[in-house]
Amino acid sequence: MKKLLTALLFTPLMALASGPELHLDKAPLSTEPAALQNGAKLFVNYCLNCHGASYMRYNRLQQIGLSEQMIKDNLMFTADKIGEPMRIAMQRDEAKVWFGAAPPDLTVISRSRASEFGSGADWLYTYLRSFYRDDARPTGWNNKVFENVGMPHVLYELQGEATAKIIEHDDGHGGKSKEIEIEAPAKPGKMTAEEYDHAVADLVSYLVWMGEPMAETRKSIGTAVIAFLGLLFVLSYLLKKNYWRDVH
Amino acid sequence: MTTKAQAVLDWIDERFPLTSSIKGHLTEYYAPKNFNFWYFFGSLALLVLVIQIVTGIFLVMHYKPDAALNASGIPAAFASVEYIMRDVPGGWIIRYLHSTGASAFFVVVYLHMFRGLLYGSYRKPRELIWIFGTLIFLALMAEAFMGYLLPWGQMSFWGAQVIVNLFSAIPVIGPDLSIVIRGDFVVSDATLNRFFSFHVIAVPLILIGLVVAHIVALHEVGSNNPDGVEIKKKKGPDGHPLDGIPFHPYYTVKDIVGVVGFLIVFSFIVFFAPEGGGYFLEYNNFIPADPLKTPPHIAPVWYFTPFYSLLRAMVWPLFGLDAKFWGVVAMGAGVVILAFLPWLDRSPVKSIRYRGPIYKSMLTLFIIAFAILGFLGTKPPSYAFFGVIPGAPVAQLFSLYYFMFFITMPWWSKMDKCKPEPDRVTG
Repeated sequence: MKKLLTALLFTPLMALASGPELHLDKAPLSTEPAALQNGAKLFVNYCLNCHGASYMRYNRLQQIGLSEQMIKDNLMFTADKIGEPMRIAMQRDEAKVWFGAAPPDLTVISRSRASEFGSGADWLYTYLRSFYRDDARPTGWNNKVFENVGMPHVLYELQGEATAKIIEHDDGHGGKSKEIEIEAPAKPGKMTAEEYDHAVADLVSYLVWMGEPMAETRKSIGTAVIAFLGLLFVLSYLLKKNYWRDVH
Repeated sequence: MTTKAQAVLDWIDERFPLTSSIKGHLTEYYAPKNFNFWYFFGSLALLVLVIQIVTGIFLVMHYKPDAALNASGIPAAFASVEYIMRDVPGGWIIRYLHSTGASAFFVVVYLHMFRGLLYGSYRKPRELIWIFGTLIFLALMAEAFMGYLLPWGQMSFWGAQVIVNLFSAIPVIGPDLSIVIRGDFVVSDATLNRFFSFHVIAVPLILIGLVVAHIVALHEVGSNNPDGVEIKKKKGPDGHPLDGIPFHPYYTVKDIVGVVGFLIVFSFIVFFAPEGGGYFLEYNNFIPADPLKTPPHIAPVWYFTPFYSLLRAMVWPLFGLDAKFWGVVAMGAGVVILAFLPWLDRSPVKSIRYRGPIYKSMLTLFIIAFAILGFLGTKPPSYAFFGVIPGAPVAQLFSLYYFMFFITMPWWSKMDKCKPEPDRVTG
């Protein structure tokens, strides 16, 4: 009864959530320029049609070792000037009609997807490897991590078309709990399973880098700051000790 | 000093109490010589206030309090924060200093308040210092709450929605009051703009005024110390307390050590873990505010969670009023009751060093209760410890204890077997 009251009281405040437990694979992240460049290539070719990255300017890609000319020639499909952000032409209200929800901006997606189950990178890494064929869905695709997601499997030509075995358990309370087991692609894609995992890891590494491009700078400045403060601490302690000599 | 410089100083002193202020507050302000670790947090709170104001000034130069969607369908306020993080030179460091500073402020203030509980710093004649302090705490909560709306992420939006809705539980005036606070029927651009105004000018002005009052009152009566004895009672032939030392240079050089130590810890967070594990910057707040999509779990930032637990503990409607209203009363009372401490504590001694076992156990349990309430406040009400012990009744039990600690204090603080206080500080 008390529980019910609590639930009733907080329904407007707080939908009772904490859904089923998520099992996420640890993303093998990289900060190597080659991996980030490959990730950028995948991002621009496969994601940046429906998803924008509207706080991310093209010229910032120089930070991962690309020249301005390389960016212009190979990656800049949606802008005229190198200083422009990665915007898309798709209209949000139309996208909403097509997919059920407008695809989110991906600039900081890796930061927003973190949870108690793992980092945002882990979520993305698992999500992009968890699509399976589902004819009941309008797009023909479903996802184990994000059930009934509006997004189709845009990387299927690389991974192939995975299917899933759905096992239903009686949960003992008159309901059913669903267990989804993804099986190896029946129709193979351009990549082997290992190659695909590797490609997704690069893509996720890029998304993480794009989420906070100054993360590495931040850490290197931090090391210098703390080293300086460490030295200052010793000096200030000696100064204090000297001043306090005569206090007993 | 050269005669010319002296002449300038004299000229000023005839018109403004410069020398006498420096003497009164620094060079001839006698502080007890036995301050320990816990006495760093007052000066640190002042430091964090300065950090927040200075970083805030620079953030306001680039931040836009605007909920309208830009061409990419992202609210301008949210986009301006990312603009600061990416396109403003050094913007990320300013923003992280400010966001980490908010949490650091509460860490430091909670420890500062705990010091008061340890050594009875709120007792006569320092009641007003304590009351100004609780008002600072209240202003700080308002400041943090309104600041949290500004990034206009999902948690900003829905957190504000939840808290402002609480005011609607107040009988008669509630519904209108919540509309006045929001400036709209839902949290919207109007809310964002007024919270921005309150956050950058109204509340900071109040805060600074209260901080000045807090320090002026402190310097009027003098500082307490870990022994809880009055150093002014024993004065030397020069009229200065025997156990006192001038604040400057003794405590200025000592506080520099504290400041540097604090900055080391602070920098670790700013440079290596600015999200604070999702507690300082909540993950959901990297998603732009969406009024049509309620997040599954709305948790306030960690520093509000003990009080949020007090709010959620009230699930019974009473006297024909909603349980929600009593929750709001509990949360408000949880803060306000602090102000009454000087009159609730009837112990003959101030410091925990000379208190008896009752106070020591009550205080230990109080800290445990506060920590557990804080922990449970970050979890949904359905949370259970190890999946078995339901969190909701535990929170109710500790909420009850939270209030009982204060309400029953006049009795048990008097009953306690205290040790005699020394005449002088013990070092």
